[in-house]
Amino acid sequence: MTETLTEMLIIFIKIVCALVWFLALTLYLTWLERKESALIQDRLGANRASIFGIRIIGLFQPFADAIKMIFKEDFVPSFSRKFLHTMAPFISFFFVAITIAAIPFGDILRIGDRTINLQILDFNVGLLFILAMLSLGIYGIIISGWASNNRYTLTGGLRGAAQVISYEVALGLSLIGLIMVYPSLRLSSIVLYQGELLFGFLPKWGIFLQPVGFVIFLFAALAETKRVPFDLPEGESEIIGFFTEYSGLKWGLFMMTDFMEIIIVSTLLTTLFFGGWQVPWLASDGFHFPWGGELLLPHVVVVLFQVAAFNIKVFFFCWLQILIRWTYPRFRYDQVMDLGWKLLVPLSLVNIIGTGIIMTI
Amino acid sequence: MIKALGYFIEIIRGILITTRHFVVNLFFHILKVLGIKTKRKGAVTIQYPEQKKEIASRHRSLHRLMTRADGKPRCVACMLCVTVCPSECIYVEAAEDPDPEIQKYPAKFVIDLGRCCFCGFCVEACPEDAIRMDTGNVDFAQYSQQDLIYDLDKLIG
Repeated sequence: MTETLTEMLIIFIKIVCALVWFLALTLYLTWLERKESALIQDRLGANRASIFGIRIIGLFQPFADAIKMIFKEDFVPSFSRKFLHTMAPFISFFFVAITIAAIPFGDILRIGDRTINLQILDFNVGLLFILAMLSLGIYGIIISGWASNNRYTLTGGLRGAAQVISYEVALGLSLIGLIMVYPSLRLSSIVLYQGELLFGFLPKWGIFLQPVGFVIFLFAALAETKRVPFDLPEGESEIIGFFTEYSGLKWGLFMMTDFMEIIIVSTLLTTLFFGGWQVPWLASDGFHFPWGGELLLPHVVVVLFQVAAFNIKVFFFCWLQILIRWTYPRFRYDQVMDLGWKLLVPLSLVNIIGTGIIMTI
Repeated sequence: MIKALGYFIEIIRGILITTRHFVVNLFFHILKVLGIKTKRKGAVTIQYPEQKKEIASRHRSLHRLMTRADGKPRCVACMLCVTVCPSECIYVEAAEDPDPEIQKYPAKFVIDLGRCCFCGFCVEACPEDAIRMDTGNVDFAQYSQQDLIYDLDKLIG
């Protein structure tokens, strides 16, 4: 009985920790986006938000934004379908927030004789679960576009649907090569497998085994986040997008969903192609360098190293995605379709065939 | 194919440019935080209320009325500025001056800054050089339109 209770408590703590990590990172990605774009454009960025006159390079800005959004009028237009209009942001938010359950943050943590898996749920089908939930997120967008009962939002929703169809295929196909190499859909075993060495010195990360798959996945995942190079559903310069009729915190949920998708895509890129929590040459008892040296470390330090490595990799990819968003102009509707169907899908098919041939040889 | 390759190279160059800006500006910001003075700055931003840009000498800012040596306004109420004003924001009421050299003086001289478009025609039109727009004052925003109506006292003072 106490055993079950402790297990439940551990799972509860893990859920709380993961969600706090996720939401705090989301909050501060808005800050990072402002500051990074400012640095790219030789500006300073938001630095006025202060608490008692203290303004540490605008670090309080996300809280100011949150307060503003909470107290804004929550406007529901009279011509909208009210129930669906209210539901849509929550659907969109929920399906992204739930994906964090399958992400492995680190290896096993041993406290006394208890082993804790640093992952909320170790699915057999973790990868499929994440892909499915990310695709379901588009429902929120289609519903919001349709329920707002406005031509622009409907156009935005339809474009979102079209974009997802053309990218989901390439996204799935680009990962098939990876699944062939690491014969598992369980994210923890994929990460464990990436701890092995290639030619005795190179870590067996996905980027080294599946470079083409990585490029295709990166493009498709960027399209998945619906941000600027592929921002068809929003299209700030032509249609305002699926959230035209939203205001206040409901609009904020859509914006947070965008940032959460960036994080999820970053964690996926990290987990699948950059070794997840693996540090090169770090085994469970310390470093074993390929040139013969050894550096043994206590268990807690190793776990800290792993979690830190995971976080650094995720931060890097968040940074990279924001950099891409502030560098490139947006694609036209037909150009995105072209890129998806005529380039990425055939390329990922070729990648699968190539992987198969190499593996049989 | 070659065209596509050209696009690809340009895409890579684009991201290298933004990365360069990011890294270089971050480097100078870090130097500033560490207290090391450098000639170049990380950003071109002018932090407005604390830090102001120098106003050019010919910039048209808030109006002022010039006075004679005895402190009275130079204005002779000739109504040229009222006539030329495109936004019709100047109101002048003339009164008779005992001095035959001057003859008229403005009993009322009101500028409604809420209407003024700062074109400077009144300054150009004035034969007495009585009105100028060289105070350098540009931040006189108010909460009510009433406060934007400037009369003789405010314009001379």
